[in-house]
Amino acid sequence: MLKFIKHHMETIAGIEIYPVISFLIFFIFFFGLTIYVIRVDKKVFKEISNIPFNDNETDHEEA
Amino acid sequence: MSENENKSGLETFQYDNTTVRNFLIATSIFGVVGMSVGLLVALQFVWPEANFGLQYTTFGRVRPLHTNAVIFAFVGNGIFAGVYYSLQRLCKTRMFSDLLSKIHFWGWQLIILSAAITLPLGFTSGKEYAELEWPIDIAIALVWVVFGINMLGTILKRRERHLYVAIWFYIATFVTVAMLHIVNSFELPISLMKSYSWYAGVQDALVQWWYGHNAVAFFLTTPYLGLMYYFIPKASGRPIYSYRLSIIHFWALIFIYIWAGPHHLLYSALPDWAQALGVVFSVMLILPSWGGMLNGLLTLRGAWDTVRESAILKFMVVAVTCYGMATFEGPLLSLKNVNAIGHFTDWIIGHVHIGGLGWNGFLTFAMLYYLIPKLYDTKLHSEKLANVHFWIGTLGIIFYAIPMYWAGFTQALMWKEFNPDGTLVYNNFLETVTQIIPMYALRAFGGFLYLVGVFVMIYNLMATARSGSFKANTEAQAAPLTKGYKAPKTEHWHRRIFEWKPVSMLIWSLVMVAIGGIIELVPTFLVESNVPTISTVKPYTSLELEGRDIYIREGCYTCHSQMIRPFRDEVVRYDPVDLEYSKAGEFVYDHPFQWGSKRTGPDLHRLGKKYPDSWHYYHMLQPTSMSPGSIMPPYPWLFEQNWDKESLPKKIRAMQTLGVPYPEGYDGQALADAEVQASEIVEALKADEIETNPDKEIIALIAYLQRLGTDIKNLDGVAQNRQSENQK
Repeated sequence: MLKFIKHHMETIAGIEIYPVISFLIFFIFFFGLTIYVIRVDKKVFKEISNIPFNDNETDHEEA
Repeated sequence: MSENENKSGLETFQYDNTTVRNFLIATSIFGVVGMSVGLLVALQFVWPEANFGLQYTTFGRVRPLHTNAVIFAFVGNGIFAGVYYSLQRLCKTRMFSDLLSKIHFWGWQLIILSAAITLPLGFTSGKEYAELEWPIDIAIALVWVVFGINMLGTILKRRERHLYVAIWFYIATFVTVAMLHIVNSFELPISLMKSYSWYAGVQDALVQWWYGHNAVAFFLTTPYLGLMYYFIPKASGRPIYSYRLSIIHFWALIFIYIWAGPHHLLYSALPDWAQALGVVFSVMLILPSWGGMLNGLLTLRGAWDTVRESAILKFMVVAVTCYGMATFEGPLLSLKNVNAIGHFTDWIIGHVHIGGLGWNGFLTFAMLYYLIPKLYDTKLHSEKLANVHFWIGTLGIIFYAIPMYWAGFTQALMWKEFNPDGTLVYNNFLETVTQIIPMYALRAFGGFLYLVGVFVMIYNLMATARSGSFKANTEAQAAPLTKGYKAPKTEHWHRRIFEWKPVSMLIWSLVMVAIGGIIELVPTFLVESNVPTISTVKPYTSLELEGRDIYIREGCYTCHSQMIRPFRDEVVRYDPVDLEYSKAGEFVYDHPFQWGSKRTGPDLHRLGKKYPDSWHYYHMLQPTSMSPGSIMPPYPWLFEQNWDKESLPKKIRAMQTLGVPYPEGYDGQALADAEVQASEIVEALKADEIETNPDKEIIALIAYLQRLGTDIKNLDGVAQNRQSENQK
């Protein structure tokens, strides 16, 4: 199925490494992201998720 | 005020409500317009008389009007209303520039107006959801940039360091739509309102559905997810269920979505590897989609008692549920075996309307019910009427979707049914259409209910507005951000790189979505073997080219495909002599491609020479004369209008620029050749006792229709087949 790409792009030196590199980049990014969201202090997220409620309107009856 | 500022360091500022209100009014008006046109096209399936025999109101031209109005006018204005309201409050600042807000609002309405004028007039690029011609494309790009500057300017002068997740979705929407629109709109203008797609055939199809799919992703989905992350917490008084999940949701969604476009082209002439990529990423897409949906729904956990009372929350619950249904169905339809059944049928129409009516429509209504009372400083006129709207609307969705699923399966099963002797049970395509007309009637009824609900809403909102007084500005106070702030190293990387840095967020979002696009598109352009050429496939003659432009103008692709998939039933039905499915090499001169996405009528890819010229002549004049029971509209104006001789040399030169191998200097010869071919057709018609004028558009159209698929056809076999059919 990948014969189209392989066959015609094999002239690029070291192309085999490209898919590996892209896999690693994204794996590491999403892995890091997961670690990050797990490690962050719950208080921080609580504060952030309350941003919609702090619109600081002074002449309005806000929830 | 200043005393207050001095004491506490707080700044006082005003949120701009006028732009928000204007967009809300626009979304309501265009909601009515777009849905009314939708109802009209739905009725045309049941009563073809509703085409009114006029070129401006015929399905092929009005259907693009419906899709463009609903997507870009109704949903577009809804997006902007929600973004302008929430962005100011999430950033604790007024919009960057009132002038840009005005330009954005009026510019967008002008674009809508020009679409409403040009589409019925037949000015179209012939690419679904991107039909608007090049001057309007440029205007869209400019107004979109104005929106982007205004949004980014607002974010940069914010008084809240952290960018709430809704804003991430807005940023990703802005950059991705800009990228999609520009790449898909590469076209070569030949006059003020006519252009040819830069790409041809398979490549055009790939770019178009990369665009088309991601228009769904980044125009109908990501901005609305941003709105969901703001308005569900606001309306329910509860913070989002999991902020953690929203971070993963955002990155995973934008990364995966961009790859999924080729699932619109399964079993087509697109190279297999690209189809496979589309399938794999579409299946993965269910994870971020459902993550987001659950995040929205679970925000309401423990608040179901308020859902009972509040129409706004009810609309939101159904909207998010419909999002969940549509994003479950999407991956399902992307599996090749399911796609083999669903593609080209009304199942797809049902699928997109679950998304359109449910997700986009209901979330917009919820937003309107929430915002209008706020902006007019009053209470909703009638909660009861809002509930009535909710129930009529929900019934409307049900009456819309179920008949469409039913019709889709019926049609697919009928198409594929064989007799024991190997012939098709429903050899006449028309049988598979007349069978499902009752379903079309029910669908129109569903659409009617939904539209009635919208009128109920508009009455309710107008009464609400009258009972209050509009506040053009809302005063607020907040402390400014410290200038030159540097995040300490102890802060986490994600916050330092993205959550506090809007520009880097924008750039990295673009990188994320560009990767998928580049990997899919570039090989198809560079690698020759992806589109194997066929030596017998030649450029269209000049008259056929002219006929093709008429085919595009009339929007024939809205009902007819030109893509025979490699299935036994399709080759037997559409190419009974050679049994050949459509090959990539057959489309190399098609600027733009016309594969279509729906078969209300039969596929036309191998139509050439199947019938005599006179059949097409009578059929275009009155379809029921040749196919009794047909719901195709008549095209009488093709018999009155003359084909465009003046532009023909220009069209040939444009095609040469795009790489179509007409001999050098052929533009000088093209018109004479076209006239010769036209008089040949007139002669052939005369043999069947039809007197006509070679200058009429019908002649050019017949030339094109008779050319379709003949490059690789065994024409003697076709002639024999026709003879034996006639004898029968």
